[in-house]
Amino acid sequence: MSPEAARANAARADARRQAAPLLEEIRKLCDALGREVRLMEVCGTHTVSIRRAGLRSLLPANLHLISGPGCPVCVTPAGYIDAALSLLDQPGLHLATFGDMVKVPGASGRSLVGRLGSGRLRILYSPAELPELARRTEGPVVFLGVGFETTTPTVAAAFLQAARSGIRNLFLYPAFKTVPPALRALLASPACAVDAFLLPGHVSAILGLEPYRFLEGPGGTPGAVTGFEPLDLLAGILSVLRQLAAGRRQVDNAYPRVVRPDGNPKARQVMEELLEPADALWRGLGEIPASGMVLRQEYRFLDAEERFGLPPLWNAEPPGCGCARVLQGILEPERCPLFGRGCTPEAPVGPCMVSTEGSCAAAYRYGGAAP
Amino acid sequence: MSGRITLEHGSGGALARELTEQVIYPYFQSQDYPELVDAGSFSLAGPALLTTDSYVVDPPFFPGGDIGRLAVFGTCNDLAVCGAVPLVLTLALVLEEGFPIADLHRVLHSVRSAADEAGVRVITGDTKVVPAGKGGGIYINTAGVGRATPGLELSPARIRAGDRVLVSAPVGSHGLAVLAARESLAIGTTLLSDCANLHPLCAGLAELGPALRCMRDATRGGVAAVLNELASTGMGMEVLEDAFPIRPLVAAAANLLGLNPLEIANEGVLVAVVAAGAEAQALRILRGHPLGREARGVGTAVADRRGKVVLETTIGGRRYLDMPRGLLLPRIC
Repeated sequence: MSPEAARANAARADARRQAAPLLEEIRKLCDALGREVRLMEVCGTHTVSIRRAGLRSLLPANLHLISGPGCPVCVTPAGYIDAALSLLDQPGLHLATFGDMVKVPGASGRSLVGRLGSGRLRILYSPAELPELARRTEGPVVFLGVGFETTTPTVAAAFLQAARSGIRNLFLYPAFKTVPPALRALLASPACAVDAFLLPGHVSAILGLEPYRFLEGPGGTPGAVTGFEPLDLLAGILSVLRQLAAGRRQVDNAYPRVVRPDGNPKARQVMEELLEPADALWRGLGEIPASGMVLRQEYRFLDAEERFGLPPLWNAEPPGCGCARVLQGILEPERCPLFGRGCTPEAPVGPCMVSTEGSCAAAYRYGGAAP
Repeated sequence: MSGRITLEHGSGGALARELTEQVIYPYFQSQDYPELVDAGSFSLAGPALLTTDSYVVDPPFFPGGDIGRLAVFGTCNDLAVCGAVPLVLTLALVLEEGFPIADLHRVLHSVRSAADEAGVRVITGDTKVVPAGKGGGIYINTAGVGRATPGLELSPARIRAGDRVLVSAPVGSHGLAVLAARESLAIGTTLLSDCANLHPLCAGLAELGPALRCMRDATRGGVAAVLNELASTGMGMEVLEDAFPIRPLVAAAANLLGLNPLEIANEGVLVAVVAAGAEAQALRILRGHPLGREARGVGTAVADRRGKVVLETTIGGRRYLDMPRGLLLPRIC
């Protein structure tokens, strides 16, 4: 065995040894609570990591992990896709987007996939490619601005850089979302049955802990900022279980090696230079006050919606699609009538089956816990 | 001849003849292939195996290999995992108008040196040209004939409960290297394809006789697809995530892109199923060759869970490892 393989193996064996006491305490706390406990993992990356690690097979039967609205593609309203498709009707216009957006069907049932061969749809790995792409392109380039606080600062940085270097053909079609207002909206919903939140690690690395403080105090909901490795996830789960057992309601940082209490002020500053909060429409959750980010007045000249006269966003669900309820955590992916029947990652009906971070795609791809 | 491929190169006329005679044939001219004729000859005694495969990799040149090497080793590997000794190949080229002839030389050079390495001869071929925009630069089809090994019977139907599943080399390198080259990802310069000739490993394992149940070349769909295919014939499979050899760079890049290394294509990874009692000897044989230095036992065939592959994860969780699905699209945050 090569030294690097030996090191990797030792690290893995170590992870299992470290997991054992965490799992033991989780079991004890769940026994002591003596009821069904429902934790919502807010972030799509959490959902994937949990499925991929087979974590559910290790957890007590009365502990339920529910996926939340933390996949940016999934919470983008269907009408956004139709509006993006209509942009391609403009002669010479190019669209740039992250790969996951391409397969999402719009309200019309059509997706951007049909336009992949047009040469006017560019899939990006990083927003940093945008200025160069615009420079090389003759007509207008519109970027589909989808993402949470993790993605938004890098998009903002690319647009500010482009604006400063005199690029005039790059436009933004913003559908950015912010996490804390969505949690507030979820808790306000009568259908909500969440005992605690595993708060998103990457988003919190930008935001810090302050924006979640509304969760604290009497009548509040325990939360723990949680990382993505299996051990990080167990630490987050343990943190909120301890709170539930002790009757505490606070925001813990169970991912301190990455998340600082004040987050990343520099990234927030970049984001806030270009964008400002606005009410936003979420797929599944409807309109949520101050939960989106749109261009500030002084940068409105970059706005694709204004420039190309796009209609206001609208929501539409395909018949039978359970994505709206899946995103609120009130329907498990496997219980959707379309799951694995009319709706698969190859032929998705709703967005949760499209994105690699979607809870339906994760459930389909990694399957249930093996007994 | 220099410049680029034109439609006339595929016309069957003078220019086509020139391309064949001056560019392609010199790489394969030999005692066995002394003149340009429409069919190559070879002799065989006893049973033989025939296979064919087409190569459409994009881009045709990638770190650690190119379409020429792939077209030789891929087809030879298909023969080798079936227990055959690869002997001769055909080489059919589909070139896109505008493809640089210098690049064609590079590919042909690779084909020749890979064929020499694998001990096979290219004994006939064909060239077609498609209009610009109708092909990916170059596509290759190779068919291969191999001599069957007498008495060696390989089939997933021979897998018994308790048999061990072995993987010969670290997984995931080829698919990631190609993806990185295609998308100009920064990791592209350090990630190399594992494109290799597996016959020496297969021939070594054949010494195990009936204790060798079957072998597979874990190409598209990665080891996940192979394991599911083996399980689909009746047995269940239980595998340990910890046990798969994965290079740290591959693990990190796959994680970044939201991909599972077990589902990524390989071009130099052999999956073999052997009787439990033969595992130690099989690993000794594999590790005795540079390609199999990091060979590992990764799992066991089980009588229950028929048709299913159960993966025990790093942290001890258990989940089904399914047939890979969907396209290689990166996640967005």
